[in-house]
Amino acid sequence: MLTSFAILTDGLVYAAYLFIVAIGLTLIFGVMKILNVAHGSFYAFGAYGAATAVGIYANADWPAALGFLFMLVLAMTIGLVMGIILERGLLRQVYGKDEVITVLVTYATFLILEDVIVLLWGPQSYAAYQPMVSAGNIEIGGLVLSNYDILLVAIAAALALLAYWSLKFTRYGWLLTTVIFDRETAAAFGVNVTLIYTVTFIIGAVLGALGGAVMAPKIAVTLGIGVEVIVLAFAVVAIGGMGSIEGALVGALIVGICRAAAVHLVPQLELFVIYGVMALVLVVRPYGLFVRAQPRKI
Amino acid sequence: MSGRGQLVGGLMFLFATAAAPLLPDWIVSLATVALANALVVLGLVVLWRAGLVSFGQAIYYCIGAYAVALTARWTGFRDAFALVVIGGVAAGLVAALIGFLLARYREIFFAMLSLALSMILYGVLVKTESLGSTDGFSVATPTFLGFAPHRDTLGLSLYWLTLGVDAVCAVLISAYFRSVAGALAAPIRDNEIRVEFLGVSVASVVHAKVVISGILGGLGGALAALTIGHVDPNMSYWTTSGGFVFVTILAGASSVAAAFVGSLAYEAVRSFAFDLMPQLWQMTLGSVLLLTILFLPNGLGSLVSRVKRREEVKS
Amino acid sequence: MLQSRRRIRYTLVGSAVATAMLASAQAQQSAAPAAAPVKLGIVSFLTGPAASPFGIPGRNGAEVVIEAFNSGKAPPPFDKVGLGGGKIEAKFVDEAGSAANVVTEYRNLVQRDQVDAVIGYVSSGSCLAVTPVAEELKELTVFYDCGTPRIFEEKARTYVFRVSPHATMDNVAAARYLLAKKKNLTSYSGINQNYAWGQDSWRDFVGAMKALAPTVEVDKVLFPKLFAGEYGAEVSTLLTSKSQALHTSFYDGDLEAFVYQEQARGLDKRMTVIMTTGEAAIWRLRDKLPDGTIIGGRGANGPLAADTAINKWFQKIYTERYNIPPTYPAYQMAQSLLGLKLAYEKAAKAGVKPTADEVAAAFKGIEFEGPAGHVKMALGDGHQGITETAYGTYRFNKQSREPEIVEIVRYPAECVNPPVGVDADKWIEEGMKGAKCN
Repeated sequence: MLTSFAILTDGLVYAAYLFIVAIGLTLIFGVMKILNVAHGSFYAFGAYGAATAVGIYANADWPAALGFLFMLVLAMTIGLVMGIILERGLLRQVYGKDEVITVLVTYATFLILEDVIVLLWGPQSYAAYQPMVSAGNIEIGGLVLSNYDILLVAIAAALALLAYWSLKFTRYGWLLTTVIFDRETAAAFGVNVTLIYTVTFIIGAVLGALGGAVMAPKIAVTLGIGVEVIVLAFAVVAIGGMGSIEGALVGALIVGICRAAAVHLVPQLELFVIYGVMALVLVVRPYGLFVRAQPRKI
Repeated sequence: MSGRGQLVGGLMFLFATAAAPLLPDWIVSLATVALANALVVLGLVVLWRAGLVSFGQAIYYCIGAYAVALTARWTGFRDAFALVVIGGVAAGLVAALIGFLLARYREIFFAMLSLALSMILYGVLVKTESLGSTDGFSVATPTFLGFAPHRDTLGLSLYWLTLGVDAVCAVLISAYFRSVAGALAAPIRDNEIRVEFLGVSVASVVHAKVVISGILGGLGGALAALTIGHVDPNMSYWTTSGGFVFVTILAGASSVAAAFVGSLAYEAVRSFAFDLMPQLWQMTLGSVLLLTILFLPNGLGSLVSRVKRREEVKS
Repeated sequence: MLQSRRRIRYTLVGSAVATAMLASAQAQQSAAPAAAPVKLGIVSFLTGPAASPFGIPGRNGAEVVIEAFNSGKAPPPFDKVGLGGGKIEAKFVDEAGSAANVVTEYRNLVQRDQVDAVIGYVSSGSCLAVTPVAEELKELTVFYDCGTPRIFEEKARTYVFRVSPHATMDNVAAARYLLAKKKNLTSYSGINQNYAWGQDSWRDFVGAMKALAPTVEVDKVLFPKLFAGEYGAEVSTLLTSKSQALHTSFYDGDLEAFVYQEQARGLDKRMTVIMTTGEAAIWRLRDKLPDGTIIGGRGANGPLAADTAINKWFQKIYTERYNIPPTYPAYQMAQSLLGLKLAYEKAAKAGVKPTADEVAAAFKGIEFEGPAGHVKMALGDGHQGITETAYGTYRFNKQSREPEIVEIVRYPAECVNPPVGVDADKWIEEGMKGAKCN
């Protein structure tokens, strides 16, 4: 009984982590059809920014909630700036070209940004544990849970709701949906696709950085954290379907719970879980779980 | 590849063969590794022409390498030619098998499924402690039809072997590109449904391409295993695949030669970056590649096509 | 005429790369000085997640020790300038990349840059890949950090040496210390990274525990992915376990993340954690590392080192330069360089540079005192060093606000290393016969 409860909570926490990391990527992917390898860099910059923020407010002795907010705002600002620079400066040059070229551009950018991190923050690792520690823990049904993990799940849920609400009820959301569905027709109807692209990329960057900031208190902020996150985010997007927010959510939940179950019950399988799930889902649903109806071009 | 192209290719091959004993050893080993990787890249070019990008090509590279290493380890059989063939065949068989699944997918899902499969192989190898897990194990020194080269000439022998395999593959793949199945790549990339209406089974053409790329990947992995002398599960990791994809796009899909030139160029640039900026080599590599993409969006191979076009216009 | 022009152009395009590389090689050679200076290639992780805990401390250790050598200020018998009078020129190379990259860069160091010796390598995979190449090229190579015992057990080596002991002794000593400390132990669990290092560490630990205390049970065996960073499920699993002790060979990034996450949920209050490489992290974790954690340092390194003059010297030069005390990778690099220097100077004859064969012959079986204690090149036919090791318990001193390791127990080299001629794995499996403990 305790084990099942643990699997459920662990699955939710891991799913929250995956969703926060993947939502920015699936948005950019769905709208712009760009596989943004530099998403890992947004995540890393968000994490490093958060570590810097924690360093600042921990020394100045601010109250925990204010410090946490400051950390998030700083990280999102970094994401905003990076998104603008990358989109305007680099991606604009390659919009008309083959999608694969764009992937290459984002990969080269990722390599460069990895070393920019070294230049800005040096090769040592940073700690940002204060928010997690000050959140404390709670014991439910014999299992000790970290309040910060619960906060993570809440943030993920809030993000999902915000995304859903924006897409369904705001003008930007409607425009976004039309561009995802058919870029050319939307442009023919006078939608400013270029502006949509810019705004979407920036939002994706901000979400990526937010993901890094929110995870920073749990992990050690060190070189290479962007690399592992990229493949996880890609896997969730592939499982969920391109550009589908609900797909990313469901995909994250499936992977999270399967992985938690594996760790508790059959630890040897833990390494295979995410790829196994991805392979299985793709075999059954070749376009991911939530596939948008695609008109056939004859 | 036209008649002139074949002549030039032949000349470059002769030049590369003859120049090797005059070059320093470290360049020969660098070139050998690059030329082995070029075969994997060539396989990716075959797929890319049909609009498919595989993020899991490393699986064939790894299978080819482990086939060689395990054959040498378990049977003591060390003939280089046979081992390379074994590597190619092993990878080809696996490609034939998973090709049934992969041929149904396109775009990002083809890429991600191939990635998933390569990572599953990675996981299996990591869990296999008897094969050293992530440490891997060494490959026995090969012999060449009974002749065991002295240490000093081993590097050259492997270089010539790699060059030879490359040449054979280059000729075969050029012929394939000129064949019907090869020429169908572009139509499949543009509009599959029309190709189906023509009566061609797109799935079987794509399956064939997967198998060809698999064999090439296996040959590359086998040669790499012999040259490096060591195999480990990292050969199946997604970053290895990413590296191959990178070189492919860098080289461009315009010609067979592009794969070889691109692979050599990448290896040279990477080595320079390590040498010049040991702590910032990623940035150096990324910048060089970014500049290449921005100014040569069709890859290095487009340099050659541009020259060709200018000559044709002039004449 | 058209054809020949195009032919020339094509050939140029194709061979541009080779020519550029050749030119660089020639430039390197003509810039290289004649005889006296000694060129060393130092390879470690300068980028990536293994840089901060291992690669960079190793590199820094090399830098300060080489500086001390070149100024002749190292304590005797290491006070000759450079190596045998010749100043050392060090070239630092990144170990990052695949085995193919590592081997390529090694060949570049030896054949292009013509270094006299290579010292380096953190990853056991790199060490295993480089060893046959080192033997092929007949280049003197000293591994400073990688832990696998396979290198000298698989085959006899001529030019490859390792002054630092391999990783077997870390887990054997951990088992001994744990059993001495927790006499009522009935069950233990383990969390190790799912790759060779974690798998080997766990296997050695379980083997040693079985040999020393066969009735103690193994409960949860966890192997999260390397650099996973997120251990919520693992912590939950351990919280539901009844073990009294937890073994981990996690290091820096993963170790820190795990410590933060388990502390937030009180895991260390339920079981004692043994960190076989914990010493490298104490200066960063400080008060976040729970009191009572059992700490190992891959030898008597850092706070586990004995208070000898040479240890004080090394601590001083490193801390003055980098504002943080040296951790065990820095110690391992220092020991490796000291051993190389001794062998080199033993082999050198008045002003003439010794050959690789001569240095190798001199290196075999030497013994010396380093900052981490007494080194004896006893295993692997004189190529593999053994030293004593030490384990202790962590305590954060609240008055001085400094980390401390207390209740230190030292284990003599012959107690925790396999005897000459016995493979490490077999030795543990067969109950560690022949161990000479006091």
